[in-house]
Amino acid sequence: MTDASLAAQGMTAHRSLWGDVWRQFRAHRGAMVGSAVFLFIVLGVTVGPYIHTVDPQYLNMRARNAGISWDHPFGTDNVGRDMLAQVMAGGRVSLAVGFAAMGVSIVIGALVGVLAGYIRRLDGPLMRLTDLFLALPILPLLLVILLLFRDTLRTLFGPEAGIFLLIVFVIGITSWMQTARIVRGEVLALKEREFVLAAKSIGTRGHRIITRHLLPNVLSPIMVSATIGIANAIITESALSFLGLGFPPDFPTWGRLLFDGKDFMTLTPERVIWPGLAISLTVLSVNFIGDGLRDALDPRIRGR
Amino acid sequence: MARYALRRLLIAIPTLLAISFIIFALLDLAPSDPTANLPLTIPPEVREKIRLSLGLGEPFVVRYFKWLEQFMINEPLNVLEQWTGWTIGDSENRLRVLSWATRSPVTDLIVERLPQTLWVVGMSYVIAVLIAVPIGVISAYRQYSLFDQIGTFISMLGFSIPTFFTGLLLIVIFSVWLGWLPSIYDTTHVVRDWDSFVFQVKQMLMPTMVLALANASQISRFMRASMLDNLNQDYVRTARAKGLRERVVVLVHVLRNSLIPVVTVIALGVPTIFGGAIITEQIFRVNGIGQLLIIGIEGADIPLVQTLTFIFAILIVVFNLIADLIYGMLDPRIRYD
Repeated sequence: MTDASLAAQGMTAHRSLWGDVWRQFRAHRGAMVGSAVFLFIVLGVTVGPYIHTVDPQYLNMRARNAGISWDHPFGTDNVGRDMLAQVMAGGRVSLAVGFAAMGVSIVIGALVGVLAGYIRRLDGPLMRLTDLFLALPILPLLLVILLLFRDTLRTLFGPEAGIFLLIVFVIGITSWMQTARIVRGEVLALKEREFVLAAKSIGTRGHRIITRHLLPNVLSPIMVSATIGIANAIITESALSFLGLGFPPDFPTWGRLLFDGKDFMTLTPERVIWPGLAISLTVLSVNFIGDGLRDALDPRIRGR
Repeated sequence: MARYALRRLLIAIPTLLAISFIIFALLDLAPSDPTANLPLTIPPEVREKIRLSLGLGEPFVVRYFKWLEQFMINEPLNVLEQWTGWTIGDSENRLRVLSWATRSPVTDLIVERLPQTLWVVGMSYVIAVLIAVPIGVISAYRQYSLFDQIGTFISMLGFSIPTFFTGLLLIVIFSVWLGWLPSIYDTTHVVRDWDSFVFQVKQMLMPTMVLALANASQISRFMRASMLDNLNQDYVRTARAKGLRERVVVLVHVLRNSLIPVVTVIALGVPTIFGGAIITEQIFRVNGIGQLLIIGIEGADIPLVQTLTFIFAILIVVFNLIADLIYGMLDPRIRYD
């Protein structure tokens, strides 16, 4: 009781774990700039189309290959479509792919990692599976899968939703291995700790130990690999679209815009610069956020 | 060490078999028909004959083992025969992996294109290592200095900006605006005299630089971290206390120890740059194996794609093995048994 009353008295000086993390995160200059840039890009692609209300698919043959002007801040392409509107529309898809694929990869990675770390019988097989996935040539395999299953999924879910599901699924299923390895290592160390023993001795069931005691403690490595996962997914999606095997034409993503723009490079070099800049800035800012998160979530660094 | 190497080698074989099965099954069970792109006027029975001539009549397991035999035994023998001029067994009637699109053996196509890839990719990796190691060493030795800050930022740029954007950016700047360098790699170009050599250097400059920047940024990070780990160790203080000159302490004692993990990272990175070269070859129109893969995928040339993908997988497994063995050889503290 005395502890509780002491804690109640000290409410003004209360410092929570996440408060500390936030304080450390704010001290990381790169991470703060990265967050600002990332927020700006996310706002730009979500709110932007309501401010710059030009239909990205609207053809205007009189204004084709136009340079930078007030009507078209990023210029236009070879059939007169507004580039700014296309970059914003493409950003929505690219970011959506990034977040969704990261979600898939984190769920699989955390699941495999926790199971392999907690259940000894599954450790060997699951880690062999992880090693096998790590030895797969990812980019060629992604291209092959997209080629083979594109048409089937198109007929099942429609041209855009089908490709979206396929890309998210294949990127997720080929990028979970690092997360699984990190989580497994953490779980292996955690499950020998006293608080897990205490929980076991009062009769807590396995799944409650995992959800209540283990998962919250492996949250920080998962968060760090989630940020890296977003960056990787965006790059992979753009690379696939850039090779012409991602989203269909007329459905802009940043990689697709680069792919379409590269044949007009001598005429309108802006067409490759804007979407490329968008990809690079997003990935750079996400990487800086990941860097700051890693420092902020590491208690050894946070103390200083 | 020898026992470890042997065990590691034996583990690699089932891994490769599993990967080959995955690749074969994925391509084979996929819902796509190789005759789908042929004209609709071909009658169904002729279509069926075409399918049989492509070897699709046999059951799945038979085809898998036949492909495996062709890939693992027949093709290496053929390559050996071409290199040495020997004749081993019945080489005329040996079954080979044939490309569906060109009807020529897949291996010949790959051997044709391998030199271009090796030149561009190999050169870029060598340059990357040559840039990355000094930068990593100086960054670590002068930690938090201006040089270190700039180096950190540039390497962050290097692995955040995808190669397909740096490549296009370089083309826009050096080919479109300045007109200094050609944007398309001319493979038929032969180096005869000084002028043609200069041209060769010019056309290789951009593709190698794009790949080198991406790789150097990663390697220099590892180099810096590894140097930092070593600089605070006791043996460094001992070396300084003995009165060794600072240059000897850093470049002989610390550098040699810090290179151990970096060498394995360099070995591990080799297969991934072959994958990354797919994109770079596509940008600069280098007709290497990456471009061959894209052509195969676009033409639904299943045997070609199977073989190339499996070669990429072999590269990964082999260089993992090499990295593990190098680590054990270079670092006497690592004991495997």
